Amino acid sequence: MIWAGVLVASAACYALKLAGLSLPQRWLQDARVQRTVPLLPVALLAALIATQTFSTGHHLVLDVRAAALAVAAIAVLLRAPFLVVVASAAATAALLRLV
Amino acid sequence: MFTGASQFAMVGVIGAGGSEWAGAATAALLGTRNALYGVRLSSLLGVTGPRRAASAHFVIDETTAMAIARDTAEKSRFAFWATGLAVFTLWNMGTLIGAVATHALSNPKVLGLDAAPPAAFLALLAPRLRAREPLAIAFGAGIVALVVLPFVPAGVPLLIVATLVAVFGLRR
Repeated sequence: MIWAGVLVASAACYALKLAGLSLPQRWLQDARVQRTVPLLPVALLAALIATQTFSTGHHLVLDVRAAALAVAAIAVLLRAPFLVVVASAAATAALLRLV
Repeated sequence: MFTGASQFAMVGVIGAGGSEWAGAATAALLGTRNALYGVRLSSLLGVTGPRRAASAHFVIDETTAMAIARDTAEKSRFAFWATGLAVFTLWNMGTLIGAVATHALSNPKVLGLDAAPPAAFLALLAPRLRAREPLAIAFGAGIVALVVLPFVPAGVPLLIVATLVAVFGLRR
């Protein structure tokens, strides 16, 4: 059933893009829509970061992933490229697990 | 689906034990920003009919950023299609390589790969945090997601957060 979810999500993501290009401009230029839509990725990405770093299943945990996220944050502040941010986090987690 | 944050999020939700529908909903919610990009791009691209249907697939962060930074519509169109084709090709080649290569790994945790997605999300999030309000919303969203996490099915914390921020944005 995963593929059904993938297909539905793909269709939805494509439809949103096409709607943006096709719908009358004023519908999506409503001030409240313009203000709210950019907040969605901010909230969702932050929630993804929090849940994937500080939880396992239904339990809140603090482990090497927190340190990896801290290293990633430093890399972001230093304006490191995307791949460096991701690789530094993975390397931090891998090295701390060896200790 | 050709929009990175949605792809990562869908895999993340399902990987954490969430249902494919929670994953699909999260992916679609992350894709809403592409509709706003379309509004900015439609006047620059001036496409209709089948060409519009084809160009819609390329409406992503990267192509929008490259297209709106040009000073003429002609350069915008070139930037859009060049960026779109380049990202589409390389992104999907990278995805294929990853899919094949990770089959060879017995335990991705040894390479710290479970710590990679949050770092990727952080890199995607950081450019959106240049003002105080999004920064506050990001911290609030992270805290709310962790508070509700023990009590609801996997993936649902994200939908709760999305609902709260939508209500907050629309009612203000």
